[in-house]
Amino acid sequence: MSDECGTGDVGARGSAPDTSADQSQAEVAGALPRAPTAGPEEDGIENPSHIVEPTPEEIEAAHLAAIAANDAAIDAELRRRTRRDFIVAGVAAAAGLGGWKWLTSRPKEDGVPWPMRRALEMNERIAGAYFSPRRLSPTYDASRITRPARLNGGIGLDQHADMAGWRLAIEGAAQPVSLMLDDLRALPHREMITEFRCIEGWSTIAQWTGVRLADLMAKFPPPNPVRYVALETPGRGYYVGLDIASAVHPQTLLAWGLNGEPLTWNHGAPLRLAIPIKYGVKNIKRIATIRWTNIRPPDFWAEQGYDWYCGH
Amino acid sequence: MKRLERKHSLAIRWFHWINFPLLAVMVWSGALIYWANAVYRIGIGRFTLLKMNLPQPVWNALHMSYRLAEGMAFHFFFMWLFAINGLLYVIYTMISGQWRLLVPDRRSFKEAWYVMLHDLHLRREPPPQKKYNAAQKISYTLIIVMGLFSLLTGLAIYKPVQFGWLRWLFGGYPMARFLHFWLTIGYVVFFVIHIGQVIKTGWNNFRAMVIGVEVVNE
Repeated sequence: MSDECGTGDVGARGSAPDTSADQSQAEVAGALPRAPTAGPEEDGIENPSHIVEPTPEEIEAAHLAAIAANDAAIDAELRRRTRRDFIVAGVAAAAGLGGWKWLTSRPKEDGVPWPMRRALEMNERIAGAYFSPRRLSPTYDASRITRPARLNGGIGLDQHADMAGWRLAIEGAAQPVSLMLDDLRALPHREMITEFRCIEGWSTIAQWTGVRLADLMAKFPPPNPVRYVALETPGRGYYVGLDIASAVHPQTLLAWGLNGEPLTWNHGAPLRLAIPIKYGVKNIKRIATIRWTNIRPPDFWAEQGYDWYCGH
Repeated sequence: MKRLERKHSLAIRWFHWINFPLLAVMVWSGALIYWANAVYRIGIGRFTLLKMNLPQPVWNALHMSYRLAEGMAFHFFFMWLFAINGLLYVIYTMISGQWRLLVPDRRSFKEAWYVMLHDLHLRREPPPQKKYNAAQKISYTLIIVMGLFSLLTGLAIYKPVQFGWLRWLFGGYPMARFLHFWLTIGYVVFFVIHIGQVIKTGWNNFRAMVIGVEVVNE
């Protein structure tokens, strides 16, 4: 496949491009009794006195010889092209396979070969550039709510069974902040019925009640603008990181209610994140610590090979 | 008398052979993702003819279990190469004018029926054709349209909020995923038929996809 096949129709006009074909033509012609060549215009014109009218059998034989010579030339050309292009194809296939081997054998960075991690980060930059906080996750009528709410993921929920002692710590604000659930309830709260999309591929519709993370941030702001928000369960059994644009999206809630009821223990009581512009993995349950930060926060599942951004 | 006839340009051959492994990687990584929620089936109402799933031991034997993260990483890496190669192919066929040989016209659908009858030995003469017969025109155009829909349904699943209009266009997030899956099954079906037809048509035809020319004996 090394040249454009625009040179095609090779040999189609009877010219034998290749010396082996000339030889075969000569051999076939030489076997004839009186005509030294098949083409009368060559020898005949030079030596008109030697012209001997060929018999019909001889014309037929010469014709067949010309065909045989042409076909031999075509076969030779075909063999040449086949050999060349199959070698190119073999080299290309080997290069592709080598590239694949290289790609899959690179040292892993957070669970995937590092080129994949770079690609995920590139995709994140593109998605971040295109992101608009005005684009909202669709909202639904209450009749569309999935009941009962699908339960998935219990990592980080096994510690601090003592709900009464629960406090929400905010780090990175001007002063350290420690809040009780009633402090959060005093903030203006919102309800939304949105799609919950699990990274596994399923999705449900759920109603969330809570306070915007943006409102909390406005009330207890960092001294300087930050690029990330980190959220952790008690004892840091589970932890997620959010880019600031997604964290302050109007549909990012710190929720205490699910489908009109207070959160149950397994759904992340007393307070969890509802962030419909991200996969479910970012909807961290039982939040104990929130941190405004400029250091890209580690993320539980991103360390296991998943995309850190996970943005919708 | 034999002659060599130009069949596939160099560009077409490269696009074709680059697409093959790229699509294979997309299907493979897509299957790693699908494993995590292998919910689709062929059936009506409560009757299920075929669950679109494999028994867990088979997934395990294929080394395709618990590789969702890896599947996503590969899918979101190779999607670029797959999309770029497909886009360049479409641009090439448009600029070179080869789309005229590929895109079916009004008669193609009737002719494709005759092609099928001929292939099934129910009709003696195949309908006249240029580079591709009517069935090929429809298949090779349809596969490109499917590719476009795979990209669009994929984008609707990948960014269902930022590309909310696409998600809406495909009937919502679950429907976009459903369509994305069945398009992939479509490629697998296409592949099986394609390989069958290539084997049936023979070496001269297959070789033309590598070297570009075909031997014509007349």
